[in-house]
Formats: sequence, structure tokens, C-alpha cells
Amino acid sequence: MPKLIRLHDGHAAFANDAYVTVADEDETPASGDVILPLERFRTEGEVLLSNGRNVGVLLASDQAIEDIAQDLTRLSLVALSFPKFRDGRHYTSARLLRERFGYDGEIRAVGEVLREQAVFFVRCGFDAFEPADGSTPEQWMAAAGRFRHVYQRGADDRDPAFIERTQ
Amino acid sequence: MYRYDAIDRAFVEDRAAQFKAQVARRLAGEISEDQFKPLRLMNGLYLQLHAYMLRISIPYGTLSTTQLRKLAWIARTYDKGYGHFTTRQNLQFHWIKLRDVPDILDHLASVEMHALQTSGNCIRNVTSDPRAGATAEEIEDPRVWSELIRQWAALHPEFSFLPRKFKIAVTASPHDRTAARLHDIGLLMRKGREGLGFEVIVGGGMGRTPYVGPTIREFLPAEHLMSYLEAILRIYNRHGRRDNIYKARIKILVAQLGAEEFARQVEAEWEAIDRPSLDLPQAEIERVRAGFAAPAFETLPGRSDAFEAAKAADYALARFARNNVHPHKQPGYAIVDISLKAPGETPGDATGDQMDAIADLADAYSFGEVRVTHEQNLVLAHVKLDDVAAVFAGLKAIGLASANINLVSDIIACPGLDYCALANARAIPIAQDIAVRFANAETAEKIGELKIKISGCINACGHHHVGHIGILGVDKKGEEFYQLSLGGSAAEDAEVGKILGPAVPADKVTDAVDQMIEVYLRERHAGERFIDTYRRVGLVPFKEAVYAEAH
Repeated sequence: MPKLIRLHDGHAAFANDAYVTVADEDETPASGDVILPLERFRTEGEVLLSNGRNVGVLLASDQAIEDIAQDLTRLSLVALSFPKFRDGRHYTSARLLRERFGYDGEIRAVGEVLREQAVFFVRCGFDAFEPADGSTPEQWMAAAGRFRHVYQRGADDRDPAFIERTQ
Repeated sequence: MYRYDAIDRAFVEDRAAQFKAQVARRLAGEISEDQFKPLRLMNGLYLQLHAYMLRISIPYGTLSTTQLRKLAWIARTYDKGYGHFTTRQNLQFHWIKLRDVPDILDHLASVEMHALQTSGNCIRNVTSDPRAGATAEEIEDPRVWSELIRQWAALHPEFSFLPRKFKIAVTASPHDRTAARLHDIGLLMRKGREGLGFEVIVGGGMGRTPYVGPTIREFLPAEHLMSYLEAILRIYNRHGRRDNIYKARIKILVAQLGAEEFARQVEAEWEAIDRPSLDLPQAEIERVRAGFAAPAFETLPGRSDAFEAAKAADYALARFARNNVHPHKQPGYAIVDISLKAPGETPGDATGDQMDAIADLADAYSFGEVRVTHEQNLVLAHVKLDDVAAVFAGLKAIGLASANINLVSDIIACPGLDYCALANARAIPIAQDIAVRFANAETAEKIGELKIKISGCINACGHHHVGHIGILGVDKKGEEFYQLSLGGSAAEDAEVGKILGPAVPADKVTDAVDQMIEVYLRERHAGERFIDTYRRVGLVPFKEAVYAEAH
């Protein structure tokens, strides 16, 4: 299992993962925090949430963020899957979550999550990562911060060059 | 031209440092070739048949002489003494060693250059008009917007892992020299009642499934360009196909949805997007615009007696003036095309020594700036008419005075099977053979404008779909054959050519071109170009001529 890295106030650290990700074929654990695939969330989510449990949803790379828009206030976590590093659909999902839906829970990148993508993840609003390449928090943050300047607006709070130039 | 500020400079330095670390990990065996591949591709580094190929970005095809001399030096120091200018206005070195690449990137960064996003499924180098800032046709210098797009696209956090590569062209002239309708996005500058804007074309392209892109918006106010591009890219990133590499370009999405539905989705996203945070402040647009201010032209008469006298005395100069010299917006100046298509040579190749000599000419006669065209030629954009004869003499001394711009020997060809791992057939020798057959300058001028484009495989890097005559290399049971097409155009009247008939063997290609030209010369009306005659008489007479023997 990849170790979980969480980003908090610009600082990254290994974190204990209280969530159990429930695979399609698994039983949902009787207690504790869970991450459910979208289909399972639709059938079981209501009951689990009413029992006061922390529930996250895992979206496959072809599932749309709009499908959980109504539930976002109740979800403590959204996990976005990258089956291949080059499948970039969920960069858009993360930005929409932060910028359009105002979601402030955890957004976690899972799957083929590599250090070379760290800057893109962080800039699109992800704040939790399961690196598939064994990256440490130090390596992760070094990669995420390698560029002293950025050119575009993202979901992070970095000023793009066109704003820096006015200061 | 635009010069880097401290931010731009820091950015390319950081990029070079990042790749240096990645190469070090690869050379030390910490990462495999498989893991390294996506990293090197983000930096324009391909593994080809014989060696690594490094593709260097020449944003919108504009080079300073400092940059051109650096490329010349890199060619001599790290390659075999030459480089290859491409149909995307970039430069490729085909004989590069991996261990040298980090140093090359450092050298490039020192002259405000990089290889960022010259490969991979990201937003590639922006194509623009090689006559930008020089032609009287244009509304404004399109490089202003090209540079703004270059910066916006650089390591874009959301759009660096698109379904497939993504190419944008910007032009501000009615005469399109960028093949805008064959790009993923083509932006045609328009001047409306509300000020500057763009006609937005999405979903053109070549490759296996060529499309001339449809217009999805007639007029987009220029100040909203960035938010609108974000909306287009977002629709593509979410909905472009990822299950099949051959159906992953945006042209397939646009074709499947239909241009109207695609436009509706883009407009809906654009309505929802946070435009004020994405659109550039006016001050930033003005800052970049100032970077493309006109050079200090002298006030001159529109006619140069010296030039007229020189032409009258030298028939070769007169020919060069007819074909390679074009009107400039400033009286007394001209735009001078440098053909990289000397018959018998490789289209688009230039040696380091030639690059240095061109840089000297540009410093002496064209404000220290050189342009690259998508037709693989170079341009000195601001030459005084008084100086054209000196430029011609300088070009003659380095073997680059071919007066064949837009003529039969001005052929686009991809590297083909001589270099490329994807190719089915060679392209360069075919181009050389045709150019040599029509090397007689008088014959070529008599034939007039004729655009021949050759690709060594279906990926169409040689733009064969839009050649007046297109030539596509195919593999038939291990033998190189060539499929001919007719009637394509990459200009404002963009069109995909029609296939003539069965592919012909390599040694018959030049004969077939000759036969088609004979048909044209026989059928043409006064003033008609090859393409005009084809459009009037259709495919049949050409087909009959080429396949006559078979009947």
C-alpha cells in the first residue's frame, strides 16, 4: 500500500490513513471511515452517513464530479483515480471541486500518482496523495515547488506571473 | 521581439535544472527507460531509429540572431553540424546523446529558449505568421497573442495530460500562412465594432483522419481569449477519447458531437468559468505588445533605384526578387524568404555555418531577427530594398539563394524512414528527386505556384493532405509505395486533397508529378495556378495521365 501524504498549510507529511477503501467485491466494514466507489456510495452512502460515519467517494477517471455535486457537503473526502499517469481528466475535476463547487474537504489523488506530477496536483487543489513511486513528503514538496514562478491561475493560492508583474 | 523578464528566465532555468536531475536518475539506473519516457517526452526528446532526437521550440517561429547562433553552435558541438527546421516552426537535432541533453538545455536557457512541450500530450508550440509585424495585410502583430498563449500553456496545471497533443495557430492576415484551419485551434484575428477579436476554429487536423476545422465562434473579444481557451481545453480534457490513440485528437470529438453541439458545450462552460480571474489584465497584454513594437524603420521612398538597377543587370537577382521577395508594410522595405529547398538537399536542413551566416545577414540587414515558416523555410522580415542585392549575394555564398519559394521544388517533407521510427517509407529522397527533375528555374517559374508535400507515413508530418500534390509513403509487402493526392490546400481556402488512385512505386513518383504538371500546362487558362486548374477540371484528366500505361 502506498503511504499517504497530506498537505496542510503548505506543509506535507506522512499521515495515518483512517479510511478504508472498499473495493467492489469487498464487504463494507461495520465501523470506521470508508471510501466507497460511486456505485456503492449510491446504494450504501445514505445509511452510513446517517450512522455518523465519515464517508468519502472514489471516482473512476471516466466519472464526472457533477454526479456527486448534491452530496459534497456531506462528504469528508473525494478520491480521484488516475489509472495511468497520462489520464489527466481528474485535474479538471479537482479544480471544479475547489473553484466551482467550493468543496473544502480532502481531495486525494490515487492510482499512478508520480512525483513528476506533484506540481500539477497541488496547483489543481489536491491536498492528499498516495504516491505510487514511494516518494517521501520531502521529495514530493521539492517536486511541487521546483518552479519559482507559475504562469496560470490554478486552484492554489499562487500568484501567476501576470499578477506578480503588477506588484 | 519579446524578451524574457526575470520571471521567464527563472522559469526556463528551473525547467533545465529539473530535467538535469531526471537525466541523472536515468543514467544512474534509478529509473527505467519506461519510466523515463514520459519525462523526456515533456522535453522534446524522442528515441528515433539511430539516436535521440531533440526538438527545440521556436515560439511562433521567431528567432533572434543570438538564438540562431546558439543553435548553430549546438549543431556543431553536439550534433553532426546541422539541424532540421520543421513544419511546426521548430528545430530538430537528430543525432543527440542523452548525456549531453542537460547541457544543451542550459545553453538554450541562456538565450531564452527551451524544448518544453515540443512533444507529449500537452499544448505545443504556437504557430504564427512568419510575416508578422512586416506585412501590410495584418490587423496587428499576431505574435503578441502567440506569446501570451505560450506563457499560459507553459506547464498548465490542468492541461498537461490531455487525451492527445494540442496545437494552436494564430494569424492576423486574411492570407493564412499558418494552416490555421488545420490546427486543433485556429485563431483568426478580426476587427469588429467592439474592437479586436478572434474567429475561433476548433477541430482541424491532419494525421489519419484529416479535417478542415469548423468555426465555433465568429467573434471572440480578444481580452477574453484566455478564459475561452480554458473553456475549450476543459471540454476536450474531460470528453476527448482516451481509449484509442487514433481517435483522441479534438477533431474527433468535434466531428462526433458536431460543431454546433461542441460550440454549445464550450459556451456553457465559458458562462460558468471565472473569467475575471483567468483573463489577462490589460497591463500584461500591453507589456507583451510593447515587446513586439516595430523596429526603427528608416523613412525611405517606396522605390529603390539601386535595387531596380541591380535587377536589370542581374537576371538571377531579378528571378530571386520575383519569387522570394514580398511587399512590406514600410515603404522602401521588403520581406525576403530564404529557401531551405536547394534542389538535391534535404528540405528544411541548415548547417551550423549556414545558420551563422544567416545570423550575420540578419544583423546587417534585418534588425537581428529571423523567422521560420511552417513550409520549412526562413525569412528575413525587414530588409531595405536597397539591401536586397547584398542579401542575395550573401545567400548565394552559402548555397541558399534558391529562387523557388512556392514553386515545384519548394517541397515540404517529413524526415521519413531515413530518421523516423514511425515511417513506412522515405520522404527526403523523393523530395530531392522531384526537386532535381525541376531544377531548371525557367521551367519552374513557368509552372508557377505548386505546393508538393510529402509524408513518410499516415501521421502526415509532411502535410501531404493539404499539398496541391500530396505524396504519402506506404508500405506494400516491405516495399516503399507512394499514394498521390490532389487539390489540398493549407491556406485560407483550406481543403483536404483527394486520392488520385493506386499507390505507385518510388521510381514512378517523379514521373507521375511530371505527368500531372503536363496536364496542368495543357489545360490551364491564363492566370490559373495548378490548384485553380485542378478545381476547374477535376481529378479525371490527371488520373488518366498518371495511370495511362496501366490501361
